[in-house]
Amino acid sequence: MQTKSDIVHHYLRPKKKFPHVWCSGCGLGVILGSLIRSIDALQMPKDDIVVCSGIGCSSRLPVYIDFNTLHTTHGRAIAFATGVKFSNPRLKVIVVTGDGDCLAIGGNHFIHACRRNIDITVILVNNWIYGMTGGQFSPTTPTGKIGSTAPYGNIEQTFDPTKLAIAAGAAYVARSTVYHVDQLDKMIKGGLEKKGFSVVEVISNCHTYFGRLNKEGDAVEMLTWMKAHAMPIQAARKLPPEKMEGKFVTGLLHDEEKQEYCDRYAQLSEDLMKKTEARP
Amino acid sequence: MSNQVKLLQGNEACVEGAVLAGVRFFAGYPITPSTEIAEGMARRLPRIGGRFIQMEDEIASMAAIIGASCAGSKSMTATSGPGFSLMQENLGYAYITETPCVVVDVQRGGPSTGLPTKISQSDTMQAAYGTHGDYYAIVLAPSSVEESLHLTVKAVNYSEMYRTPVIVLLDEVLGHMREKVVIPALDEIEVQERRRPAVPPDWYKHYAITATGVSAMASFGEGYRFNVTGLTHDELGFPTAVPREIKAMLDKLKDKVVKNADAIAEFESTEMDDDPKVAILSYGIVSRAAKQAVAMAREQRLKVGAIRPKTIWPLSESKVRDLLKPVRQLIVAELNQGQLINMVKQCIDRNHTELIPLQKYDGELITPSEILHKIKEVKHHAN
Ligand SMILES: Cc1ncc(C[n+]2csc(CCOP(=O)(O)OP(=O)(O)O)c2C)c(N)n1
Ligand code: SF4
Repeated sequence: MQTKSDIVHHYLRPKKKFPHVWCSGCGLGVILGSLIRSIDALQMPKDDIVVCSGIGCSSRLPVYIDFNTLHTTHGRAIAFATGVKFSNPRLKVIVVTGDGDCLAIGGNHFIHACRRNIDITVILVNNWIYGMTGGQFSPTTPTGKIGSTAPYGNIEQTFDPTKLAIAAGAAYVARSTVYHVDQLDKMIKGGLEKKGFSVVEVISNCHTYFGRLNKEGDAVEMLTWMKAHAMPIQAARKLPPEKMEGKFVTGLLHDEEKQEYCDRYAQLSEDLMKKTEARP
Repeated sequence: MSNQVKLLQGNEACVEGAVLAGVRFFAGYPITPSTEIAEGMARRLPRIGGRFIQMEDEIASMAAIIGASCAGSKSMTATSGPGFSLMQENLGYAYITETPCVVVDVQRGGPSTGLPTKISQSDTMQAAYGTHGDYYAIVLAPSSVEESLHLTVKAVNYSEMYRTPVIVLLDEVLGHMREKVVIPALDEIEVQERRRPAVPPDWYKHYAITATGVSAMASFGEGYRFNVTGLTHDELGFPTAVPREIKAMLDKLKDKVVKNADAIAEFESTEMDDDPKVAILSYGIVSRAAKQAVAMAREQRLKVGAIRPKTIWPLSESKVRDLLKPVRQLIVAELNQGQLINMVKQCIDRNHTELIPLQKYDGELITPSEILHKIKEVKHHAN
């Protein structure tokens, strides 16, 4: 019988590049495992999968897995991925990106990819901070929390990327955490199966910077916090708002059938080519 | 299909050239004076099985064409100064990842928003040196509408042959003016394809060091499953911090362009056969005025010639020296504050040839009589 770890090893790059660059206990390892299990569950051929990323700790993820991998510039992964997917729609295109990468420098690309509803799955690793550059505050750092560039507490409003994605037109939007691994597998699998733009926000621990700067403890303590504060959407719907204070919603937040960008273009192109042929 | 004769704008000729050369992916963002290229592609590509996408900005456009090229498409974008600035980071990415793609920059006056509807050649240096880090680009510059077609084909070919981004420099006047163009049949032009790997996936190295300096290139989805990264990488494409591997990668990138400079660099000479001591060096639309100035000067029995680089970068040192052998005074005419002249300085013997600037940067073209005036001034001092 294949164990879960056999499955994971089957998808790791045989030639290189271990050990990885992440701190021990970082949530990114959990996300790597979850992505692999989801792909395996769907039995997608390795050759047809392209994983794109930008720059950041989270964006290092593709380098370790045995797919077609495109590690791009900071914030631009979704734009590169759009080129890959639109050029060859047969490919399954996945983006792994951080909260800084996707929502600060890459925010505009994120919005417009949602709007186009192009068939790409985005795994948005939200650790509320810039990990790779050493703990500066990000667009999702909660107000009041400490970052190295917010030494007196973040004075900016934080925001909810899932609401942004839904408003901008994404077809599938979900949230989970690195604690809720079974749910995370399910959400990622759902995103991969969805034809259209799918976003899975994963709350992840950067204990090295966010945890340390905000005295929120080590990896285990941060995971315990996720366990205590996550509220599955089914339960959340039944609760009065005051009971949701301080909690965040997880699960499948939005799922909608709508026409996908590449399909629509292919239709247009086919019609035009028929017309051109028909002309004497 | 037989030849077609059309009256086209320079921008439209770029579209024709791109389509002929096999470009089937275009991502762009509107900007004067380049927009007709995006518009032309938006009309053409869906009719021939290609893809056109209007992105949210030029950063995304550059990113999308690189992604498309990794997936196997010949790809292109077009822009002007402000957009060209936005593309620089990802141009460097195309360069370090050795991903073929073409960028057409239809120059307008700068810096910043500058002169959107006026002519300039002030992106000359940015085209050659724009991105950060050591960088050796290929930059081609046509001087007529018809040549815009042919050099776009060549740009696509070079990008595929050398696995590197290639820039085509047009300008506002060339982009918008109309001239007669003979559209060649497909079998009349040379079309190059990137070299495909001949080894099984297990042996494949996306950045293999080879005798020619250019690695074969697989596309995503063909079973090779390689890594592409903008980090300094080894032959397999994995990030490296090993000094030997860092140097090998940077040397490879440079050598591909620099060692092939003699093959890539092309010049047109006018009235250089009788070894004139005075010549005009200019590129693009300015060289049209230079040619006419030479004709006017010759009518007045002034012995002058003109040299036009069709390749702005790399400049082949040996070819430049050869061309300049008789020339003691070289008037460098350009529409900026002295960019081409700076680039030429590096590869000439200044004890042999004196460089004389003729620069105009007021949004207007240099006229033949302005050049003729300069020729006379130079001749007068020489006597
Ligand atoms: C254009 C550009 N600006 C800034 C940087 C520096 N930089 C690298 S990673 C990063 C932030 C990464 O944060 P996030 O996306 O949240 O990922 P994490 O490291 O937390 O996973 C920044 C600012 C860069 N590489 N490129
Ligand atoms: S710095 Fe933070 S995000 Fe980066 S690897 Fe370490 S724990 Fe993970």
